[in-house]
Amino acid sequence: MIPPRFEYYAPSSVDEAVQILDRFGGEAKVLAGGQSLLPVMKLRLAEPRALVDINRIPDLAHIREDGKSLRIGATTRTNDLNDSELIHTRYPILSDAAHEIADPLVRNMGTVGGNVSHGDPANDLPACMLALGAHFVVRGPKGSRTIPAHEFYQDTFVTALQSNELLMEIEIPKARPGQGNAYMKLEKRIGDFPIVGVAANLVLTGKGTIESAGLALTAVGPTALKATEAERHLVGKTPGDAAFQRAAELAQGITSPISDLRGPAEYKRAMVRVLALRALHRASARARGGA
Amino acid sequence: MVLAEMPSAVDDETGPFVNVHVTVNGAPRSATVETRTLLVHFLRENLSLTGTHIGCDTTNCGACTILLDGKAVKSCTVLAVQADGRQVRTVEGLETDGKLHPIQEGFIEEHGLQCGFCTPGMMMCSVAFLQKNPHPTEEQIRRAISGNLCRCTGYVNIVKAIQYAANKMAGPSGGGRP
Amino acid sequence: MTVHGGIGQSVKRKEDARFVRGKGTYVDDVKLPGMLYLDIVRSPYAHARIRHINIEKAMKVPGVLAVIRGKDLEAANLAWMPTLMSDKQMVLPVERVMYQSQEVAAVVADSRYAAADGVAAVEVEYEPLPVVIDPMKALEPGAPILRPDRKEQTNRIWHWEVGDREGTDKALKESDVVVRENIYLPRIHVASIETCGCVASFDSMGKLTVWMTTQAPHAIRTVFALVAGLPEQKIRVISPDIGGGFGGKVPVYPGYVLAVVAALKTGHPVKWIEDRSENIQADSFARDYHISAEIGATKDGKLTALRVKTIADHGYTDAAANPSKFPAGLFHIVTGSYPFEKAHVEVDGVYTNKPPGGIAYRCSFRVTEAAFTIERIMDSLARKLGMDPAELRMKNFIPPEAFPFKSALGWEYDSGNYGAALRKAMDIVDYDALRKEQAEKRKRGDLMGIGISSFTEIVGAGPSKTFDILGLKMFDSCEIRIHPTGKVIARFGTKSQGQGHETTYAQILAEELGISSEDIAIEEGDTDTAPYGLGTYASRSTPVAGAAASIAARKIRDKAQKIAAHLLEVSPDDLEWKDHKFQVKGVPDKAKTMAEIAFAAYTNHPPGMEAGLEAVDYYDPPNLTYPFGSYICVVDIDKETGQVHIRRFVAVDDCGTIINPMIVEGQIHGGLTMGLAPALLEEIHYDENGNILGGTFMDYLLPTAVETPKWETAKTTTPSPHHPIGAKGVGESATVGAPAAIANAVVDALAHLGVTHIDIPITPWKVWKILHEKGAA
Repeated sequence: MIPPRFEYYAPSSVDEAVQILDRFGGEAKVLAGGQSLLPVMKLRLAEPRALVDINRIPDLAHIREDGKSLRIGATTRTNDLNDSELIHTRYPILSDAAHEIADPLVRNMGTVGGNVSHGDPANDLPACMLALGAHFVVRGPKGSRTIPAHEFYQDTFVTALQSNELLMEIEIPKARPGQGNAYMKLEKRIGDFPIVGVAANLVLTGKGTIESAGLALTAVGPTALKATEAERHLVGKTPGDAAFQRAAELAQGITSPISDLRGPAEYKRAMVRVLALRALHRASARARGGA
Repeated sequence: MVLAEMPSAVDDETGPFVNVHVTVNGAPRSATVETRTLLVHFLRENLSLTGTHIGCDTTNCGACTILLDGKAVKSCTVLAVQADGRQVRTVEGLETDGKLHPIQEGFIEEHGLQCGFCTPGMMMCSVAFLQKNPHPTEEQIRRAISGNLCRCTGYVNIVKAIQYAANKMAGPSGGGRP
Repeated sequence: MTVHGGIGQSVKRKEDARFVRGKGTYVDDVKLPGMLYLDIVRSPYAHARIRHINIEKAMKVPGVLAVIRGKDLEAANLAWMPTLMSDKQMVLPVERVMYQSQEVAAVVADSRYAAADGVAAVEVEYEPLPVVIDPMKALEPGAPILRPDRKEQTNRIWHWEVGDREGTDKALKESDVVVRENIYLPRIHVASIETCGCVASFDSMGKLTVWMTTQAPHAIRTVFALVAGLPEQKIRVISPDIGGGFGGKVPVYPGYVLAVVAALKTGHPVKWIEDRSENIQADSFARDYHISAEIGATKDGKLTALRVKTIADHGYTDAAANPSKFPAGLFHIVTGSYPFEKAHVEVDGVYTNKPPGGIAYRCSFRVTEAAFTIERIMDSLARKLGMDPAELRMKNFIPPEAFPFKSALGWEYDSGNYGAALRKAMDIVDYDALRKEQAEKRKRGDLMGIGISSFTEIVGAGPSKTFDILGLKMFDSCEIRIHPTGKVIARFGTKSQGQGHETTYAQILAEELGISSEDIAIEEGDTDTAPYGLGTYASRSTPVAGAAASIAARKIRDKAQKIAAHLLEVSPDDLEWKDHKFQVKGVPDKAKTMAEIAFAAYTNHPPGMEAGLEAVDYYDPPNLTYPFGSYICVVDIDKETGQVHIRRFVAVDDCGTIINPMIVEGQIHGGLTMGLAPALLEEIHYDENGNILGGTFMDYLLPTAVETPKWETAKTTTPSPHHPIGAKGVGESATVGAPAAIANAVVDALAHLGVTHIDIPITPWKVWKILHEKGAA
């Protein structure tokens, strides 16, 4: 349980952090909450030459809305999401997910940026980001760029984030009237990684039909998966069992879960359907003003 | 068995090192540690505060829970250097002037401990929790300690101990006790 | 007049004062000047020849001082050591490794961190060998022989049987109804929150002191003396505060021996503390029993016979911690709470390429395996007969007037009142209402189950004529000394790992001596001062050492009576012990308290009598004790996900006389949680290459406060007739009885679909698969 040696840097600006990352050419890792990184280092499964501690960089932790977006700073702690009335009332999907990530102690250190960019298909926030249509604001040596969530997750532990780039902020389209969302997680025991997770985001028209839909899945593929066909199916439909059952089936169809200690593949596939239905129902209830 | 000579001084090639200054239980403490030194080892080995325990190696059991700037965290998954310039509170810092903290009283009164190994972590988690949620329901208590494993007690009396402390801290004589 | 802290009082625990302040002394808290650290290189292979161990890089790691290999130990005849079952176990391998995570070499360094770096730098060349994981396959002809060092070239370690084979076969053949179930109890691990470790230190006179996480310090000392050839008076084992034992801290692990060797070679104290992964992957597991049970009955539900066959997977060596005559422990308590006339049990131990062991996981010796088997199959029988499971049990319980009861498998149960316990549980849970509710829910397709477990367990090992561990008889001891000012110190041969002995033993003595428990100091665990005992496990402390305490206290009372007579100028026969003092019969105000007598023992004792007031007793229990209980578990099952939710769990326990009700209740809460764990969550498996699946706390999931229900407890009290204070012990009852109650509840919820058994742990997908196959999902 002893990590290997490393050089340690605690830059006080994003650009300084990026410079150090660039200098180490992939052999430096960002230390945010450390709740994913330090455990793998303690098991000596990762041995970076240097750690770049970004916790001293000012204004990298914030939750605020502006005209168009909800902006969450990368080093916002998971529990900060749980404590935020704004998140709880206007973006309940994030509240649902944040309450189920690991345990309360890990949530005090773990960051939103870390959970979103680690690339672990078992992390809960990526599916939420896909369902919400989030964008990630990233800074590299050549400046900033914005990556949409649906282009971000490429393979297990492989994302569009380069080793010399730092995730600074997550941009989520601002909550609209008629919008409701939810995250459902099935786990073997509280605090465990998910067996399956489903993120659902619905925006209803004035008439109550679905204007847009986001549906994404956790832990049933090499990355979080966006159920695009299911989303397309939902557009224009009336929320309810008929539309949701079909969407859940379509979502189920894109999965490739593996049999492991958290269940056989056929179970996980079946649970995608169960959770998708539950998530869509809850999202639509919230869209109509319920809880 | 091959035996090397005992080194007489710290080898220059170990490290990298870093100076760490942490306020622990209200007192300024410092040491030169490796960058990789875990906060839990800094507390237990450098500062000889052995009340914080180690129960696992995958950040699951919570026996190492301490307060970092008032937030309950697992000290086995924090580097000592991350605590530089910050406040740490451990179980040794619960008692003030010989008087037990209500949480410590609660654990004794309600038989919330048996072997005592998970207890410091449980109590530190509870102290931070009650600060934020002084009137919790039983369900909220159980969720709050879901990152702290106990093998001996079956949790029923731990919940009672936390309820005892909540009542005491919210009551007339204990109000405002941090 | 009651004495403060006497028997039956829920006094607060003395040990808590240091624990809540973080001032306990656990082994890893021990720091000695010049102390070095030991860390262990472990095998990634389950079975392999070691071609070469290259330590060159490791020796260059800053801070590393030494690397110990098998050949270093071989020279000192320490490469192998005996197990507690008289098999043998490697400390370090010379030729072959036999399980994944086996110790391969040990690195000694000046810091914990350097030792870890050293371990990472040791290079081992392995030549993988065929792996044997399935014990059934291990018994097939042609299977690789895992232990060529044994006389008989077979993977069968031993065969053990008890009971009337022919009579049982006949009785089953003649029974109206016979039900058979195959039950597999997978490997699990006690995983106490403190892992194992030690600090070994030789002083300038060559005396070895070892602070060790051990539940049996004296036995360890003797084993060290025999194995290492060190004179026993020059070994001191100190078991300080222990963070949970549950049986996992009984065996001698290679790490302890390596630390002692390293301390000897370096001349410095050496500390070894294992990581959690090492603890789960290498230290003694529990269970791994493949059980086939058959139960017979008449058509109106009278039990006739029980036949049980078991394959016991012990890993590569039999390192279980059973009494030597019982390689399958006390598994033959499997007749449970029922008076089978005919029964037969046979067990075959088997070698596989897995970690060694088979220790109790808070269950005496294999008693959970037994209780689970009988209570599970009783439910199956009830179903077959179309009888309510409670009714079947009530109809067959050994009646209270039949005690002491001799079972068909040779145990003499001391006392019991099984019907009363079950009745009480049924009343508390309102059983009839639950059955009604279940019937209604079933009509709507909702799944709800009620599970009963009416277990009898067997603890307090044990009588010298049948019980020993490595030849050491299983007595236990208490030595008491009363000081002139009437305060007491008492030392015991047991060792608490959280059970509260500092409080409960003081309560026994308070009652027997009439001295406040506050004035009685209890010590355990230091072999230099404590009288010899076999330690604390298998719930034996109260039955054996608790009895020793009473008897020793009564020896003191005998002497005290004579001193009192001397002080009161009467004959000892004129005195009676009443209201916790010696009173002249018929003249109650002519009395002497123990405090007054104690003072006199040093200042005014009768002429011709020795001064002082002390006694020691080594108690040889005449029998085991038989705590029992009835548990009722109510579950609701989510039809879509298969998740099992425990709605209610009522536990009625009978442990005879209760010393401290608060502590007993705590033991039951904890035991129930360690019964829930294997029922729903815990399991350790190996793939076909012997890789462990679930070897860290990330995957080996313990219950948290969220999964653990609000346990409801109640009691009945049926004292043990042979115990000086009628106490039976309770530490493990709940872990013995709970798994069956939970399993029975889930099967009950699905019984209408034709389900008769589900192996534990009952995961959501196991339930879902059944529902899916039965078209009920």
